[in-house]
Amino acid sequence: MPALLRIGRTLRRTLLQAIPTVLGIVILNFFLLQLAPGDAADVMAGEAGSATAESMAALRSRFGLDNPVLVQLGHYLNNLAHFSLGFSPRYGMPVADLIAQRLPGTLTLMAFALTIAILLGVILGSLMASFAGRIPDRLLSIFSLLFYSIPSFWIGLMLIVFFSVKLGWLPSGGAGTIGSRLTGLPAILDKARYMVLPATSLALFYVAIYARLTRASMLEVKNQDFVRTAYAKGLTPFGVTARHILRNALIPITTMAGMHIGGMLGGAVVVETVYSWPGLGRLAFEAVMGRDFTVLLGILLLSSLLVIIANAAVDIIHAWLDPRIGAR
Amino acid sequence: MAPLLQVDNLTIRFPRAEPVRDLSFEISQGETLAIVGESGSGKSLTALALMQLLPRAARIANGSISFGGRDLTKLGAREMRHLRGREIAMIFQEPMTSLNPVMTIGRQIAEVLQVHEKLSSRAARERAIELLRLVRIPAPEKRVDDYPHQLSGGMRQRVMIAIAVACKPKLLIADEPTTALDVTIQAQVLDLLDTLRRELQMAVVLITHDLGVVAQWADKVVVMYAGRKVEQALPDDLFNDPLHPYTRGLLAASPRLKHDFHYRDGALTEIPGSIVSAVGETGCPFRPRCNQARASCSHHVPQLTVPAEDRLVACPFTTSIKAVPHAAALSL
Repeated sequence: MPALLRIGRTLRRTLLQAIPTVLGIVILNFFLLQLAPGDAADVMAGEAGSATAESMAALRSRFGLDNPVLVQLGHYLNNLAHFSLGFSPRYGMPVADLIAQRLPGTLTLMAFALTIAILLGVILGSLMASFAGRIPDRLLSIFSLLFYSIPSFWIGLMLIVFFSVKLGWLPSGGAGTIGSRLTGLPAILDKARYMVLPATSLALFYVAIYARLTRASMLEVKNQDFVRTAYAKGLTPFGVTARHILRNALIPITTMAGMHIGGMLGGAVVVETVYSWPGLGRLAFEAVMGRDFTVLLGILLLSSLLVIIANAAVDIIHAWLDPRIGAR
Repeated sequence: MAPLLQVDNLTIRFPRAEPVRDLSFEISQGETLAIVGESGSGKSLTALALMQLLPRAARIANGSISFGGRDLTKLGAREMRHLRGREIAMIFQEPMTSLNPVMTIGRQIAEVLQVHEKLSSRAARERAIELLRLVRIPAPEKRVDDYPHQLSGGMRQRVMIAIAVACKPKLLIADEPTTALDVTIQAQVLDLLDTLRRELQMAVVLITHDLGVVAQWADKVVVMYAGRKVEQALPDDLFNDPLHPYTRGLLAASPRLKHDFHYRDGALTEIPGSIVSAVGETGCPFRPRCNQARASCSHHVPQLTVPAEDRLVACPFTTSIKAVPHAAALSL
């Protein structure tokens, strides 16, 4: 029960702090986007190639783009207050529907990549810490440095060349076999096959970070007095690592993972482009090119919410991992 | 009766130093042996050697540690793990950092029972509560779910003691168990240790630099200097008639042993120099700091001699020192 109480207190505080944060993000983003040259009408007219001044003015008045900036902001906030993200002039559909189409793809990709990254990173980092200074540690250090420094689009391309072109094991892009009418488990397996390569290329960079972080954190914990106490109890080295060292060493890793959820959204743009994965990152990119600011604002709002949720989750995990945190 | 623990000519070597040299002592069941000496004299390393938990760079270069007929220096890692926490237990100096901050104290006590006695977690928890009661922690049913940061230093050291005595060990090593504690708590913790020693028939190796602790709780005292035993005696003999110049210096530097001592009566004396001055010296390691030193002291390390029953001393000039009146020796 005290654990639940601690978690509840943490959640309430996070929620209260989230409201002004989100409002600030929306307003700031709105003004930042106004600084970009051109608007949706300009781009649409340019693409059509036959716009007149009258038709552009008509477009602008239809989407409210001719109003003063503050009035536009007022409209947007009014929409938000009614739980609407507005209407995309370019796609001709509500922004919420547009995002709802793309969000699951990105979320699964991120979740998959983050899980791979944390699992592999912690395992490799524990290995490195156990063999600190010896050959396994040196070898893994070289690999982690390599993955840390290679850009993810290049890893993505090389994985396609190797696993799709040469070996033909995995599909090179897309999110599922087109035209297949699979259901149940086969459908999930089919999806997973398409996800392996993009998730791996997104994850490798983070694997490197978590491995190094786990190594450093475990080496630090290893020298603490309570580890000596654990050995003095007669525990095996594995028991000491699993029960005493790892849990204490995980705290900095969860902090980093929480911060990376926001960063992964950005990194996903590149990977989604390489693997033509229909996700949020590519939608954001297209929205920028089309000056479709309502869509972009919607995505930014959603990302900020995602980061806030991730931070709250990290807070809860912290309160669970470290009893001293909730006590303050 | 054969001693429970017999250490013979123990030498601990680091790549560049030998912090413990030719150390021998023994301890019988139910006995408390105090090892005293200043920081750096090799006390704590000796304790870690008994547990076979020396730092990786250190190794036992010579000597044997015989415990219940088995030489611990020759045991494999697996057999040694079997002894640790079950037959030989240890309490460390820092109760603040010696407990895992993210585990409840109940689980930390239960862990040692689950490892050695294969208890179920429910039975181990019941035993943990009993053990908390045994070390006089109030409301043990509630405290068992507390985390270390919710306890005071003295309470944490009691928890450490509960972990140490959980499997009723034959030998308990206490490495400066009260150094980090408040003076008022010190006596409580040491009294508790002493009571448990009697109840469980444990032998206790008490490592300390506090001579007051020695006087009250030890059956036998070993004085260490620069990794060697320089004197061994029963506490009464040691305090009434210290033989080695280093022991005399230690006693003179300690305020508790004179009656009604007050700072206005005169300054406490100190032993000039530091233990570092023993590094690289030939001959007696205490010679650079000794006011009785003679030319012959630099030739070879003095051997332990037996000046009286139950006594050992490593100084060839003790007889002549003994002729000096006691009071004069104290103001050395």
